Order: sequence, then C-alpha cells, then structure tokens
Amino acid sequence: MSSETQPEPVQPIEVLYCQVCTFPPEYCEFGSSFTRCKEWLKESHPALYDKYYSDEALQSKLGTLSLEAQAKLEKDTAEKEAKAEKKADAALKKKMASQVSIKRMERNKRKFVTAIHGLEAFDVELKKASKFLAQKFATGASVTKNPQGQDEIVVQGDVAEDVLELIESRTGVFKSVPSANVVIVEEKKKKGE
Amino acid sequence: MFNKFSPSTDVTGQTPPKSSVQRSIRAAILSQCKIGAETLEQVWPKKESLIHVKCRNHISIYTIHGEPLFFQQSDGPIYPTLRLLHKYPFILPRVGIDRGAIRFLLSGANMMCPGLTSAGGYLPPPENALPAGTPVAVFAEGKEHAVAVGITKLGTEEMRKVNKDIGVEIVTHLGDELWNQQTL
Repeated sequence: MSSETQPEPVQPIEVLYCQVCTFPPEYCEFGSSFTRCKEWLKESHPALYDKYYSDEALQSKLGTLSLEAQAKLEKDTAEKEAKAEKKADAALKKKMASQVSIKRMERNKRKFVTAIHGLEAFDVELKKASKFLAQKFATGASVTKNPQGQDEIVVQGDVAEDVLELIESRTGVFKSVPSANVVIVEEKKKKGE
Repeated sequence: MFNKFSPSTDVTGQTPPKSSVQRSIRAAILSQCKIGAETLEQVWPKKESLIHVKCRNHISIYTIHGEPLFFQQSDGPIYPTLRLLHKYPFILPRVGIDRGAIRFLLSGANMMCPGLTSAGGYLPPPENALPAGTPVAVFAEGKEHAVAVGITKLGTEEMRKVNKDIGVEIVTHLGDELWNQQTL
C-alpha cells in the first residue's frame, strides 16, 4: 500500500480480449456469440483454443457443477445465441429499411438551410460528416437536435441536391449509406402559406 | 449500477478537475486500493490530467485519454474499472464465486452468499476477513481473470455464518454498459 515498499512499478498483465464479444476468451461461453467467438479464437490463437476447448479442459471445467446444471447452461447459451442472432438480423433489416431524408427549410424568406436526418442509422459519425459538408460547400454546418429530439445535420444554404449527389457517390464518410435509401423531402406547408 | 447506461443520455459533462482535487483523488485511490504509487503513476502519469466524466445518479467516471480508469458513486468508495483490474488484479481483495453463479452475474445479479461459500467459491481466510462495505474483485471458478467488481454487503465471516441473501453487491461486471464503453 505504501510507496516505499514498492519502488518498482508493477507491470500490467496484458489481457487478451475476444474480438467478437470483447470478453476475455475464457468467458466467451457465457456470451451471446459463443460459436463465432470459438471460430475467432481457433483462427487467431490456436494454442489458447486448445487450452480452453480441448476435451480435458471441458472435463475439468465442469468443476463442482452438476451435469444437469451444465446441460441447462449449455441449452441456455444456445438459446441466447439464437436470440442474439435474431436480434442482429432484425436490427440489420431495420437499418436497411430506414431512410436518410434531406430537407430544405426556409429560414428567412430567401434564405434556406438543409437538414439531413437519419444518417446515424448507417454508422455515419454526424460530427465528422457535418464538418465534411461544411468544408465541401464552404458554409456552416452543425449537428443539432430537431424538435423530435433526434440529431440531424443542418447545413446553411440550399444544398439539398448537392448533398444527395454527394451521398449517392458514396465517398468518404458516406461510404456505408446505400443510395436507394436517400430521399429529398419536401417541407410540409406551414399555416398561411 | 451500469445495467443501463449510454453516453449520449447519461453523461452530463466532462471536465478536468482542479489539480488540488486531482491530488485528493490520487490520495484516495492510494489509500483505498492496494496499488503502489509507482504503479498508479504508470496508469495515471502525474502530467496527464484526469478527466472527470459526470453522469446521472451521481456517478463520476475518471478517464485518461478517454479510457475509463476509476469510477465512484457520489462520495462512495472509488472502484477501478474492470479493464484496469484485469491489468492489475491485485489492487482489490479477491472473492470467488462458483461456476453456477457466473451466468447470473453476467446478467447483472448481485452475488448471494451460497455462491461464495460453496466448494467452487472463495472467501478470504478468517485471519484476512473483510468487513462489510469493502470493494472486492470477483473472480470465477476455473477462470483466470476477474469477472466483476463489487462491494461486500456482509463481512466475509458473517457470510459464512448466515449463508443467505446478498453477500456481494455487483457494481460493474463483464459485458455491462461500462464495459462496453471502451472510451468515453
């Protein structure tokens, strides 16, 4: 506890983490992607794979746990895995169905801003994207919350068409956005217009 | 504590604390955890400024270069994060749980006494008994690395005697939201 008794700093233990589930590999069996974790370990660290999943290792692992409990555990893991897979599938589907909308909004009679909404669904970093757009069009661009409380990029000036073109070209930050999902939305008429 | 946590909604601000405050944090860590000053110096060099990430529910997380190292709830004890504990497993006293309990722990349950007192579990021997309210590293049967950080709700001797109800309250465990935040 005192500094005098420990003059040399203790070197940290480098812990290997599973690339699939981020756990240390010995805990993969409790995660929701056990099969994929196992494959990953087999490929990248065969020695460790043997250590954890050889027959003896599996035997000794049983430890104090009864066979039934072990069976139940395995069943649970399988179920969990299936569930996680389903969830990932659903998320992907939802992602593919979600849309990026580009909207031109009137700011001050002849002045416009362009709001781009829904990019985050495609893993675009809004802050970076806004910076990129600002540079591209030499205007101000920012990430703001819209009235619904969701984040969107607001670019000054009417650049809806250019943004559409830019996203469809799928360069730079917009690489992961499928062009079919991008639409220009007409602003709803406000009262009195 | 971190069963539900997302940086976008739960973090209210990030600030570097005053250097006097940092000094007191450093002193607190040194007195609460079994970590030498040199070792701490290695994870938290004097020149680097700690960033205090304020979160909801009075949770403070201390990060360096965006990497969470320590956290604290209001004025409670300072806990190391699990990743830090993996690197320096000796900084907290250890307790062990049996294999059957791992599953529940990973879904965020607190650890009940039977899981700690059974054959697969581990409690420090009577001469090193821990009082209630000690931060502990929770290890699992047959595993090399810590699986969670918790705080004892009962003294370890009491756990042996009572052998019922919550023995260790889990504050962060493998796979919770704090674990998922590799950087803040």
